[in-house]
Amino acid sequence: MAEIPIMFILAGLAAYTVLAGADFGAGLWTLLAGPGRASRAASRDHARHAMGPVWEANHVWLIFVLVVCWTAYPVAFGSITSTLAIPLFIAAVGIILRGASYALRGQLDGARGQRTIENLFALSSVLTPFALGTVVGGIASGRVPVGNATGNPITSWLNPTSVVIGALAVAIGGYLAAVYLAADAHRLGERTLELDFRARALGSGLCAGAFALVGLLVVRYDAPPIFNGLTNGGGAAMIGVSAAAGLITLLLVWRNHFGAARASAVLAVAAMVAGWALAQKPRFLPGLTIDQAAAGRSTLLAIIIAVAGGAIVLVPSLVLLFRLFLRGRLDPAVTPDATVLNPPPIPQKVKTRLLSALAGAALVIGAGVTVFADPGWARAVGIVCLFACAIFTFGLATAELGETT
Amino acid sequence: MTTLLATVCGVFASVDQNYLLQARQMQALSLAVHIPLVCFGIAFPAMVLFCEWRYLRTGDGLFRTLARRWSKVMLAVFAVGVVTGTILSFELGLLWPAFMASFGNVFGLGFTLEGFSFFIEAIFIAIYVYGWDRLAPRAHFLSGIPVAIAGVTGSLFVISVNGWMNHPGGFTLRDGRAANAHPWSALFGNFYFWHEFVHMYFAGYIVTGFLVAATYAWGFLRGRWGRYERTALTIALSAAAIAAPLQVVIGDWAAREVASAQPTKLAALEGLGPTTRGAPEHLLGWYNGHEVIFGIEIPRLLSLLAFHNPNATVAGLDAVPAQDRPPVNVERFAFQTMVGIGTLLALLGVVYLYVRLRHKRLPRSPWFYRAVVLAGPLSVLALVAGWITTEVGRQPWIVYGVMRTSQAVTGARGIPIGYGTLIVVYLALAAGVAWLLRRFSRLPLEVDRDG
Ligand code: HDD
Ligand code: HEM
Ligand code: HEM
Repeated sequence: MAEIPIMFILAGLAAYTVLAGADFGAGLWTLLAGPGRASRAASRDHARHAMGPVWEANHVWLIFVLVVCWTAYPVAFGSITSTLAIPLFIAAVGIILRGASYALRGQLDGARGQRTIENLFALSSVLTPFALGTVVGGIASGRVPVGNATGNPITSWLNPTSVVIGALAVAIGGYLAAVYLAADAHRLGERTLELDFRARALGSGLCAGAFALVGLLVVRYDAPPIFNGLTNGGGAAMIGVSAAAGLITLLLVWRNHFGAARASAVLAVAAMVAGWALAQKPRFLPGLTIDQAAAGRSTLLAIIIAVAGGAIVLVPSLVLLFRLFLRGRLDPAVTPDATVLNPPPIPQKVKTRLLSALAGAALVIGAGVTVFADPGWARAVGIVCLFACAIFTFGLATAELGETT
Repeated sequence: MTTLLATVCGVFASVDQNYLLQARQMQALSLAVHIPLVCFGIAFPAMVLFCEWRYLRTGDGLFRTLARRWSKVMLAVFAVGVVTGTILSFELGLLWPAFMASFGNVFGLGFTLEGFSFFIEAIFIAIYVYGWDRLAPRAHFLSGIPVAIAGVTGSLFVISVNGWMNHPGGFTLRDGRAANAHPWSALFGNFYFWHEFVHMYFAGYIVTGFLVAATYAWGFLRGRWGRYERTALTIALSAAAIAAPLQVVIGDWAAREVASAQPTKLAALEGLGPTTRGAPEHLLGWYNGHEVIFGIEIPRLLSLLAFHNPNATVAGLDAVPAQDRPPVNVERFAFQTMVGIGTLLALLGVVYLYVRLRHKRLPRSPWFYRAVVLAGPLSVLALVAGWITTEVGRQPWIVYGVMRTSQAVTGARGIPIGYGTLIVVYLALAAGVAWLLRRFSRLPLEVDRDG
């Protein structure tokens, strides 16, 4: 049972890399918008608009990873966050700047300061995944000892493994984004944009592959235990899957099959995460296995129940969102906000008398019971009455709207 | 296994942290930025849906315009809520790793459930806001309902964690760490959490309602007063004006829960030095370490309010050793700010409701609208003051009576740098928002109103 939450975490991490990674990548492409066939501005706008409806939902995967980690493996979480405080803080600041500049940019068409905001957005889109990648590198290379800030605050994340993984994270994001944006341009019939992003996808895909190979070499000297894991058994198998899927993806992009390319790119990333997990298993931090790090039985059970129950609601919702999104049902609206027509409002019959009586009664009972009754159930009744009073009164207050001055 | 646990606890036992105060302030700053946005998450979806429902029922295009405009604001506020909330999640680990390591197994569940609420909220808010022209009217309305529900459950789950920090249970303590955790009963079987949740829920409507109404009241003062503005103001102000007087009743309930579960906090709220039979209440004044000076004393009121008995004995700060007491003046000042503002808001609400229900119109005096403009920011102030009351009153404990804040803090260096950076970032954020608001207020009227 101790291992189930770590699977949730890994699944969340893979989802975050694939989904939010692409959002970060879109930011990267607003920075590197030229040179291309389409104008810089068109390229930027395309990158920016494409992430509109989904970035918040994609971002929640990170929250999910954090909260499952601190609930199920609290000691490991405390050790990681205290030793790796600097990159985590950088990532956090990057996230604020990114969200804020994205929100601001949306309101800014043509205004002064637009460029500054755009650059801020792009820079934070590179900084955040890089910082998060270094965190992964610190954990993978065994540089986070158990305890409150007992690791080296600098070399735990500024080391060869971390830097390579950080760069890899940025490249993967750029790659996923380019594939996705090419597909999106194709759907919109924007031929030049499609070609641009296809070229970018090929370039960044090669970069990501190169970083992955370099990473393997670096790990060999910098973190031998992980290297052993990655080159033997399940770890090696996963790395093989990842490499194969990566190559196939490039081929698919080359042949303009963007939809299929997206699927195989996801597979490549997921296999990479799985490979890391298998290579490191059963060690979580040096001297701390997953079993030892796990919280007690009832906590693990609670997490599993919560995630399973949550998934029942979450999965159909996510499917709905992405179906609407990928079919262009959530593209920016074409009509303005205001609806011109003003048909004569249908006169509403509100039973004012009845509502007033109910509101008054609920107020007297609710306030009386809440203030003077002590048993818990009586107080609950009181609160319910106060809510009822609020609703009745709201009905009265909004009965005729806007007619009177 | 036990030896391992022992070493783990040894490592996490206690560190030298010269900047505990800065760490606490950093946490407080981030929370104070996040919490007003949360109010919009609690109350705004319901208000937007109310407008859309009116549109569906009456076919009056004005309500659709209103719902649409508000939904855009809702999305922008949500986005800022997302990033500021993420900072908070990071900070829990960055600043209080020993707290997370020792008790994450007890309260973490609340955040896990909250995570799912956020998923639902983020998914459906996107569908709702981007789907205005694309979905059938009824489907569109339905897609907004999960947003309203998830906004409420999201805050419910976080507050269950705060309720647990204030009134911990559901575990046994071994070597300073929680063992035998029972997360469900710890979080949801905890009576202390209910008043916090209900009080916050009403605060959500007060803050959102008054802030939204304030913008239209401002428009009134500048002569912008069409049917659109009147309708918008009536909806927002009605919500706030109804919640404000009821909040006083709920606040009284909160105070009695505090009296029974955290007597030291109550003593600090009131500045009660010695344990007293028939304790008085003091308005304003200053606590000099023993008693409140320069305050207005109302005999026996504290005993009456807290225990419904004018002769009840109220435990004073003396009942616990000096190192277990919270900073009294901060606590009193925050509490009195909240109660003072709360009383004013309740009065304003009653005036409004009287005119609205009795005379079936809106108030006409510009003074009323000036008051509403003021009520917006004041309600935020009351909100933050209320949280300061709760959180500072819990000091010096991070988990009340179980773990001290000084035991929870990180051993990492550089807290002042982080704190400074965060201040700069938040200032920039505030400047950005102010700039946007100014830009909006300068938009020509025609763009800003319906046809
Ligand atoms: C608009 C906001 C607002 C207004 C008008 C009031 N409050 Fe409040 N109050 C809050 C917003 C708030 C809060 C949401 O900020 C707190 C912080 C934690 C909590 O549960 O609610 C709070 C906490 C809080 C606490 C501490 C609870 C605890 O530590 O568990 C007490 C005793 C009161 N309030 C009492 C009152 C009274 C007597 C009010 C009447 C005038 C009042 N509040 C108005
Ligand atoms: C330590 C305390 C807190 C943490 C760690 C925290 C964490 C978060 C996070 C991570 C988000 C973004 C979710 C997303 O990605 O969609 C968020 C948003 C939100 N939080 Fe908090 N939060 C805290 C305090 C609170 C409090 C006190 C409340 C309510 C009283 C609250 C209610 C919400 C709500 C309703 C949202 C949704 C965003 C919105 O509607 O604006 N949070 N919070
Ligand atoms: C419901 C979710 C909340 C949780 C889980 C939470 C958690 C925490 C934690 C872990 C600390 C640091 C430890 C400590 O100082 O004891 C803290 C401190 C603090 N929080 Fe909260 N908090 C919540 C809501 C809020 C909100 C909304 C505010 C609004 C301003 C707030 C105000 C403060 C303040 C002022 C402190 C510093 C207290 C001091 O050091 O004197 N809290 N909180």
